[in-house]
Amino acid sequence: MSEPLLKVRDLKIGATVYPPGEKPHDIEIVHGVSFDLMPGKVLGLIGESGAGKSTIGLSSMAYGRGGVKITGGEVWVNGRDILQSKLSDIRKLRGGEVTYVSQSAAASFNPAKPIMEQVVEAAVEQGKFSRKNAEARARALFDKLGLPDPDNIGERYPHQVSGGQLQRCMTALALCPEPDLVVFDEPTTALDVTTQIDVLMAIKEAIRDTGVAALYITHDLAVVAQVSDDIMVLRQGETVEYGPVNQIINEPQEEYTQALVSVRSIDHEEKAPTEEPVLSARNVTARYSGTKFDVLHNVNVDLYPGQTLAVVGESGSGKSTLARVITGLLPPREGDIQFAGRTLSPDFKNRTREDLRELQMIYQMADVAMNPRQTVGTIIGRPLEFYFGLRGAEKRKRIQELLDEIELGDGFIDRYPAELSGGQKQRVCIARALAAKPKVIICDEVTSALDPLVADGILKLLLNLQKIEDVAYLFITHDLATVKAISDNIAVMYKGKVQRYGGKTEVLSPPFDDYTDLLLSSVPEMKLGWLEEVIANRKMESAGN
Amino acid sequence: MHPVLKLLTQRIALSLILLLMISVLIFAGTMILPGDVAQSILGQSATPEALENLRAELGLNDPPVTRYFQWFFGALQGDLGTALTSGQDITSAIGSRLSNTLFLAFWAALIAVPLAIFLGLLSVRYKDRWPDKLISGVTLASISIPEFLIGYVLMYLVAVKLRWFPSVAMINDSMNLWQKLNSIALPVAVLTLVVLAHMMRMTRAAILNVMQSAYIETAELKGLSTFKVIWRHAFPNSIAPIVNVVMLNLAYLVVGVVVIEVVFVYPGMGQYLVDHVSKRDVPVVQACGLIFAAVYIGLNMVADIVSILSNPRLRHPK
Amino acid sequence: MKNIPVSALIGLFFTALYFLGAIFAPLLAPYGMAEVVGDVWEPSSADYLLGTDNIGRDLLSRMIYGGRTTIFIATVATIISFTTGSILGIFAAVAGGWVDQTLSRFVDLIMSIPTLIFALVVLSVTPVTVPMLILVMGLLDSTRVFRLARAVAVDIEVMDFVEAARLRGERTVWIIFREILPNALSPLVAEMGLRFIFMVLFVSTLSFLGLGVQPPEADWGGIVKENKDGIVYGIPAALIPAFAIATLAISVNLVADWVLNRTTSLKGGRG
Repeated sequence: MSEPLLKVRDLKIGATVYPPGEKPHDIEIVHGVSFDLMPGKVLGLIGESGAGKSTIGLSSMAYGRGGVKITGGEVWVNGRDILQSKLSDIRKLRGGEVTYVSQSAAASFNPAKPIMEQVVEAAVEQGKFSRKNAEARARALFDKLGLPDPDNIGERYPHQVSGGQLQRCMTALALCPEPDLVVFDEPTTALDVTTQIDVLMAIKEAIRDTGVAALYITHDLAVVAQVSDDIMVLRQGETVEYGPVNQIINEPQEEYTQALVSVRSIDHEEKAPTEEPVLSARNVTARYSGTKFDVLHNVNVDLYPGQTLAVVGESGSGKSTLARVITGLLPPREGDIQFAGRTLSPDFKNRTREDLRELQMIYQMADVAMNPRQTVGTIIGRPLEFYFGLRGAEKRKRIQELLDEIELGDGFIDRYPAELSGGQKQRVCIARALAAKPKVIICDEVTSALDPLVADGILKLLLNLQKIEDVAYLFITHDLATVKAISDNIAVMYKGKVQRYGGKTEVLSPPFDDYTDLLLSSVPEMKLGWLEEVIANRKMESAGN
Repeated sequence: MHPVLKLLTQRIALSLILLLMISVLIFAGTMILPGDVAQSILGQSATPEALENLRAELGLNDPPVTRYFQWFFGALQGDLGTALTSGQDITSAIGSRLSNTLFLAFWAALIAVPLAIFLGLLSVRYKDRWPDKLISGVTLASISIPEFLIGYVLMYLVAVKLRWFPSVAMINDSMNLWQKLNSIALPVAVLTLVVLAHMMRMTRAAILNVMQSAYIETAELKGLSTFKVIWRHAFPNSIAPIVNVVMLNLAYLVVGVVVIEVVFVYPGMGQYLVDHVSKRDVPVVQACGLIFAAVYIGLNMVADIVSILSNPRLRHPK
Repeated sequence: MKNIPVSALIGLFFTALYFLGAIFAPLLAPYGMAEVVGDVWEPSSADYLLGTDNIGRDLLSRMIYGGRTTIFIATVATIISFTTGSILGIFAAVAGGWVDQTLSRFVDLIMSIPTLIFALVVLSVTPVTVPMLILVMGLLDSTRVFRLARAVAVDIEVMDFVEAARLRGERTVWIIFREILPNALSPLVAEMGLRFIFMVLFVSTLSFLGLGVQPPEADWGGIVKENKDGIVYGIPAALIPAFAIATLAISVNLVADWVLNRTTSLKGGRG
């Protein structure tokens, strides 16, 4: 058997933290991780935020971001320990033997230079190719990665191409110097789901055709399952499980891995529409002031009492605008909002306090949805005071009841938001919405900023609360797995229009319209070979047409 | 029209409008506020007839709008009126003083700008090490020190005790360049010190901001040397912020020059303005105020124009 | 309070010293403010610790009274600048629309002329009295506070918790005082120190130019002006008040710097 290309032994990484009110001090964020990567193979590093996966990836280039320092262990690349190398040798390694693809290509390209110059820079600088040959190679890579007009796209500046295209350019940048290893750091996370699948396929084919080895870093197990040979599951800087992709996906040994594999398998039976809808958008057309085109075109949806309507779409589909119209932050140009049998005033400023109370909202970013200078008690207590006039002990008792409902219990009432974890913050926001005893809660991407397991907990809580409080949710999301888990009705939105609308089973069953088909088939499944299947199906379909 | 051209036209138009508004403000400020010019000139003991005659002579009895337009169109044609106290033509009085002031400011800028950028870079290169800490400590101190203190300390030490340079900066047309430079050495040194601190601090912040971008990390991960990272990737993106810093501080120089000219009894615009404020010679104050404002607005405009021109998004639209 | 860095302690000490000196000036000064006690520019002696000034008044006494004037004017002007600027700034941010446009454009206009030049233009026609000085300085400087307060408030204004409060039906007064102000306070308070320094330098500069506090009253800037002619003869009397101004400004700066660092770290360093 040949030598591993990358051999990591007992890697320890430290960072300096600056906690408020304390002296800065060093902590360890990766505690002794070891793995091997053979030439031409792909290792997936997976974990939640704070697992240390990006830090480990960058250590293969002997690079620490910000205040991060490699404090112990060995990193062998092509038979030499790079942690013992001189800086000049490390510079030959970076951009030559090992290259890097970051999550945000938009920020990683220099805005002041054309793409081509940046793509070939490392290859020329490391003496791998002449400028002319490097450019020819870059054009071939642009073509292979499915970029439009591969011969000329390099002349453009980074802001002149789309996000998905730029991410592919970044992949070309990494492959251009013919490296032995590429570190992919969440390369598709910032992309829409229908764009992600193309970029993912492009990356996979490029890895296969060039025979390069890769470290593929992501938080999404379904994605990493499509491209990896081996997977390492990380949690808080330690290895949880490390094995071939087949074993990790199909026979996970550790409890944590099992939870990751089975995430979003919540069973939720669709409820039949009841009598009258509690909330309806009727013929809503809207645009932002100062712009010249509508972002919503004639939208009609109904939400029934105690049920969930999921509004799903990609960025720019108008789903969040719909929420703004319903809450009255953006009065529509045409159409109106019906609520519990009455027409709501288009501007929230003219709505009655009762209207405002019965329609509550939960936000995507719980951090900024709570005033950092108020305690949890004040945050949840204010609607109680404002709408029901509760004071003193009575108010405190009700706050505690609400905290119990969101499974936070004692001791949280006097804490500040900064002292809570991401999931706990979102729970407090749910409690604040519930405190108003609303008929409808609008949930705007409430789980998309959270790690999968935490998000799962929030979804389960929301379903549970729906049963107890009989509240209806308008659930806005880009994530189809969430939709499947929680909805009774679904509206698929595309370019400001409702593309497909109906009960969950109906919407998710064929025959589909083209967009819904594309959207549904693009969601990565926790299944080996899914990516090839989808691409093969699409090729057959387009051949059939 | 190309978007850059459109933006530039807009920006220049904005400056002109701003200047117009400023002229109204300066004019209105000196007319509407309490205090009668005629009374100020003649003093409390003046007879009503004398006051009335002077008012008529100065055109103070015309409606303010008429007076504004007379003044404004006069100014456009280079006629800034006559000084109340001396009866001198303001335009010709200002002419030589303005060139003296610009001479002083030019040499101060010539020294301060490259020095500040160099020290700013040094401070970034040795971030959080002693050169950086020393530079930021000195900066903090010099921001808190009034200009006249620096002026007098230098005058006391260099001119009075060491006798290297004259303590009073007199210049006139019969002097050659070398004599002039010798004469303004001290005020130039003080002005340089005054703007240096601000400029250095802001240059440092501007470069650090660029150095923290993700594309700098990309460049480092390509294995480029520190010099190439800075030259190829940081520098092209730092031009606009640095030019901005320089222009803002040159504008700051405009203010510093007023005090420094008084300290060194230098025959420039600042001295002229201050003298006539104490004498309550309104036409001179208006004229000087307008010229200072025009220089200030002009420098800010140049800064914005450079940042428009160096923005790749605007130069290469989609 | 045990985590105060040495620099801030030094700053606090001198700031307190100067303020106490200003408050208890009549008790501390050995001679009267305008009392001629000796010869012109006598060197320092047991009787006159800092010597005498250009017409033979005790320099130490004048320094103590002058400090009182400087600090008083700077403090009141800072308060005016601060209240006007922050109230209007936050109001502009919350009100938005034409109110915001009008106020902001007006402030842009004022700020397109250097403050000192504008002050000189205004002082050329108004009577130069202490209340007038304070008013002109305070109002001109409030434009800077306005910009900062508005910027801070606009940042907070777009946060979801403010939107949540609006959607709850809260009144504008509640939103300003309960949601925005508590979050805007720390950057504003830190800025207050810087504004105070600016005011000290501003009033000193005006007096130095002869357009500030008028004789026989004097502030530190005025004392520099009175004694500046001595410099050419090698008499450093003018440097003493100048040093006083610098040390006061540096001390307040050290304190402000510490407050600023403390408040940014409270926000988790994300500032």
